[in-house]
Amino acid sequence: MWLDRLWQGVIDTFLMVGVSSLIALILGIPLAVILVTSGKGGIFEAPHVNRVLGAFVNIFRSVPFLILMVALIPFTRLIVGTTYGVWAAVVPLTIAATPFFARIAEVSLREVDHGLIEAAQAMGCRRWHIVWHVLLPEALPGIVGGFTITLVTMINSSAMAGAIGAGGLGDIAYRYGYQRFDTQVMLTVIVLLVVLVAVIQLGGDRLAVRLNKR
Amino acid sequence: MIATAQHSVPREPEAARAAERTELFPEKAHAHVRFSQLGKIYEGQQGPVAALQGIDLDIQRGDIFGIIGRSGAGKSSLIRTINRLEQPSSGRVLIDQVDIAAFNEDKLVELRRRIGMIFQHFNLMSAKTVWKNVELPLKVAGIPKEQRRRKVADLLELVGLQDKHNAYPAQLSGGQKQRVGIARALVHDPAILLCDEATSALDPETTQSILSLLREINHRLGLTIILITHEMAVIREICDRVVVLERGQIVEQGPVWQVFGNPQHEVSKTLLAPLQHALPEDIQARLLPQPSDICSSVVLDLQFTGSTSHEPDLSALFSAFGGRVSLLHGGVERIQGRALGHLLIAISHSPLSVEELLIRARKQAQHAQVLGYVA
Repeated sequence: MWLDRLWQGVIDTFLMVGVSSLIALILGIPLAVILVTSGKGGIFEAPHVNRVLGAFVNIFRSVPFLILMVALIPFTRLIVGTTYGVWAAVVPLTIAATPFFARIAEVSLREVDHGLIEAAQAMGCRRWHIVWHVLLPEALPGIVGGFTITLVTMINSSAMAGAIGAGGLGDIAYRYGYQRFDTQVMLTVIVLLVVLVAVIQLGGDRLAVRLNKR
Repeated sequence: MIATAQHSVPREPEAARAAERTELFPEKAHAHVRFSQLGKIYEGQQGPVAALQGIDLDIQRGDIFGIIGRSGAGKSSLIRTINRLEQPSSGRVLIDQVDIAAFNEDKLVELRRRIGMIFQHFNLMSAKTVWKNVELPLKVAGIPKEQRRRKVADLLELVGLQDKHNAYPAQLSGGQKQRVGIARALVHDPAILLCDEATSALDPETTQSILSLLREINHRLGLTIILITHEMAVIREICDRVVVLERGQIVEQGPVWQVFGNPQHEVSKTLLAPLQHALPEDIQARLLPQPSDICSSVVLDLQFTGSTSHEPDLSALFSAFGGRVSLLHGGVERIQGRALGHLLIAISHSPLSVEELLIRARKQAQHAQVLGYVA
């Protein structure tokens, strides 16, 4: 019986983290590219865009996830029609993860040697070519590393989403392990989470090393 | 300094070459690259800084043209105005008589494909193999795959890296990286190759091999090479003409043999100092302003500036002095087929006066002066 529940928790966690991190990946990379290239001396220099986006990212990054989640309830209802369950958790998770990941990816993109951009310009690359053929491939190991951190952070946050009935491993640990003093459930969940995080971290690190040709 | 064999083929005199250019190829009478009153001002923290000012310069087609100066002299800014990586603040840059200032992104991209560039730190994409690095300029230009394959293979062969095509830049030595850089720069068959301190990060041996590759490319493909460097040795090795830049201004320019043989400006002299035969310290210490006795030798510095095409004739020189002549120090090297250098000689037991010795010396050497006397 509780094994079924545990299994459901694993699936819910995977769903929440998987869907929201996928969206964060898709939105975060362009956001990071815009943040880097619109800055001073960037290839798409646009100081106003840069400032507005930067401020936006900072606001979302500075609100603790628990508060962000509660504050976003009306918005969540608007998007998914409910404020309860896995899909309701995906909305705040995505909104927290996107700026978080974008900032990390931004750092990696910014670390790409300016000489490479200059070389690309000198060889007749258009600006989009530079993004696609130079910035992204060169920053990829760093971006993979950043995405790994994002995934781990989101497993962390998804546990908090349990507080609004989102389900997942965190929810099970809280309700059954903490509120009902079921040590066995608590320990199992902890072990599961540790294994999950370890697997993600290890996989991410391996991939980053393999991609890094420097 | 040793006269190197590869310089021993005399080049045609400057004037004859220019005349031939005009007659045979009227379109080549025009400078390939022309700077006209070029200026560049940066907004520094303590107000505007002039990186370049009043640059007037013509670079002829097919030349290997050197720009030398100390760091901060404006070399980098100057070379980057040619492909507009750097935007001039004033003046014009004409390439094949076309002012490039008004180019939009499309025309600029097209221009940059006609101008290759290599860099001090190579600037290869670390995430791409050698092959992909060389292929990249073709790929972004939308060249079909089969054509790209042939071109990349050709160029990797030209630079001698066929067997490294699957390696990543991190697995290559500095010289190999620069060869990849050269292949990448040539992939669009450019008419101009810009070299930004291309050998400054390499050891002397590798520098030689890269320079001879550049010379070979210049000969085989006939492209104009414009290079900046702070090393006079690089200029001596491959350049036809040179300008010396200081504080954003041209302080000296001319054929390499001329600037080397008879540098006019202080900066040129400073830059040349490591290549010249300074008086050895032990002789310097023994020098006296006046002869101490009848047996003292007079020390002459004979300078050959390459302004005539014949070599120093030692037997004529020594027999003209009529005494005992010993060679203290010196050397002659050949630059662009001309003999350049200093000979320090000591003459004793000569019946001739010092004035007469100097007159006779000047028949052979372009400059001669008395440094002093040794006992």
